[in-house]
Amino acid sequence: MTIVFERPKALTDVPMHYCPGCTHGIIHRLVAEVLDELDLVEKAIGVAPVGCAVMNYDYFECDMAQAAHGRAPAVATGIKRANPANIVFTYQGDGDLAAIGTNETVHAAARGENITIIFVNNAIYGMTGGQMAPTTIPGQITQTSPYGRDTKTAGFPLKICEMLATLDGTAYAERVSADGVKNVVNAKKAIKKAFEYQMAGRGFSIVEVLSTCPTNWGLEPVEALGWLRQNLIPYYPLGVYKDKEASR
Amino acid sequence: MTEKVLMKGNEALAEAALRAGCRHFFGYPITPQTEVAAYMAKRMPKISGTYLQAESEIAAINMVLGASAAGVRAMTSSSSPGISLKSEGLSYLAGCDLPAVVVNIQRGGPGLGGIRPSQSDYFQATRSGGHGDFHLIVLAPDTVQEMFDLTIEAFELADQYRMTAMILGDGMLGQVMEPVDISREGTVSTVAKQWALTGTKGTRKKNIINSLYLNEEELEMLNFKRFEKYAEVEKIARTEEYFIDDADVIVVAYGICARIAKNAIDEARKKGIKAGLIRPVTLWPFPKLQLKAAAAKAKAFIVVEMSMGQMIEDVELSIRCSRPVDLCNRTGGMVPTPDEVLAAIEKAARAERS
Ligand SMILES: Cc1ncc(C[n+]2csc(CCOP(=O)(O)OP(=O)(O)O)c2C)c(N)n1
Ligand code: SF4
Repeated sequence: MTIVFERPKALTDVPMHYCPGCTHGIIHRLVAEVLDELDLVEKAIGVAPVGCAVMNYDYFECDMAQAAHGRAPAVATGIKRANPANIVFTYQGDGDLAAIGTNETVHAAARGENITIIFVNNAIYGMTGGQMAPTTIPGQITQTSPYGRDTKTAGFPLKICEMLATLDGTAYAERVSADGVKNVVNAKKAIKKAFEYQMAGRGFSIVEVLSTCPTNWGLEPVEALGWLRQNLIPYYPLGVYKDKEASR
Repeated sequence: MTEKVLMKGNEALAEAALRAGCRHFFGYPITPQTEVAAYMAKRMPKISGTYLQAESEIAAINMVLGASAAGVRAMTSSSSPGISLKSEGLSYLAGCDLPAVVVNIQRGGPGLGGIRPSQSDYFQATRSGGHGDFHLIVLAPDTVQEMFDLTIEAFELADQYRMTAMILGDGMLGQVMEPVDISREGTVSTVAKQWALTGTKGTRKKNIINSLYLNEEELEMLNFKRFEKYAEVEKIARTEEYFIDDADVIVVAYGICARIAKNAIDEARKKGIKAGLIRPVTLWPFPKLQLKAAAAKAKAFIVVEMSMGQMIEDVELSIRCSRPVDLCNRTGGMVPTPDEVLAAIEKAARAERS
């Protein structure tokens, strides 16, 4: 019998705790497939965030650290500076990366720190039960924006790829989405490229993945994918925002 | 042959870190510790080390955490306001059982305070380095030589016990220049770090560095275990003692205050007052037993410190309030004079006689 589909080596046999229909799981699989294909499992060191992905130190088969809320890029910096031969990545949500950890993120990029960030943007604080995130779009209803995000008082969302693209230290920044086959295939390509850039020593790479949170969006999984397509993609256009190699 | 060189306290401390094999320093500028960073910035690139000026003290301590998790000796230094920002990282370092060396060259507070020497972060260092049940090893040098020696020791203790060791100095010790013997080399990596994140290289199971335990029974057990380790660490409690065998009045002081107190004690002895000094070299663990033993003979204690009275609580606890304990203090960046300490000794001696 030929095996046609199996768990990537870079994923453990531990059942993931994500809600049904949450695309965190898909993104984990993409990262794991890339680690397999680039033969990095024995070389990689991952850094888990504070957020729904906090326990992914149990899911990836490589060495893992768990960082304080928002500090993953700083922890990854310390690891990479200590062991430059290792491939170091962080996996962070939008509250983690774009609110409490903005400083660490921006400066890791500005330094051209040779690490890879997988940035999961689901436009909400998932783990704490659905509060407004820095990436919550105008008008979006959350627990702490019950009348919809009012830009007069709550300001505007952060567009991370656009921001980081302005920094000379950023080697590669692309926004992708975890909905649908075509986008998922593209997402994997972007993640692979980001790791390849790190392997080539090109500097800071980030892949922002638009992701669903059916639980806190209050939608069925399929509806959530539709909401992502209709609302998040228009606000956060997909594409390559920075590619140092291509622009040479 | 010993090589004695004239150095500032902060520079001696930085040189000691290099001799201890530390090649990863993460800092953020703040007076009065800036010489540590400047020294590292100058030397690290010459010895293939990392000097990284972080975007904040929070980032710096988390970089230390990352480097330590990756198995190397790592360090950060700051002064009071910066240490407050590091408290998150100190707690995570403890929760992850990672070694680290953190320097606090204290200045006056609270708030932005001032830039003159102070000892008002004693509680922060010995009681509440951050949230949760944990301790730091806290070492208090009183000379430039000890800034050097205790820094080497800090790295060794940190590795041995997988704890953060803090050097608690003050602005005066950081800035003062004294001759120092810097010939000693640290013993690097006496402890194998099998837990470190280096990539599995296909030779072992994966390592995880983590402080999250959602099962409360497991978390309680881990805290119990960590405190069993702390009970071991209590044995390293250490003092320097000066004329205490026949002392009626014992001054307790650490760091620069201990040196000032020695002058006052010499003067008091000339006047026929039997005064002595106990200088805690380790502030955590606090030398409780040494103080308790002294209380069996001495009649009164005086705590000299540059704060509103913080270490005095540990002195009173150690001797179970069995003797009067006076406070002789200045704060906010003011330094007590030998005359002020002498006056406190004379007052205590008079009270004792009457
Ligand atoms: C210092 C600190 N502040 C707040 C929290 C509480 N907290 C836990 S998860 C989280 C939000 C995470 O949201 P996000 O990064 O968007 O990730 P998601 O859960 O959506 O994947 C917060 C605020 C914390 N653990 N630490
Ligand atoms: S709360 Fe949202 S982000 Fe978190 S696992 Fe559930 S669906 Fe996913």
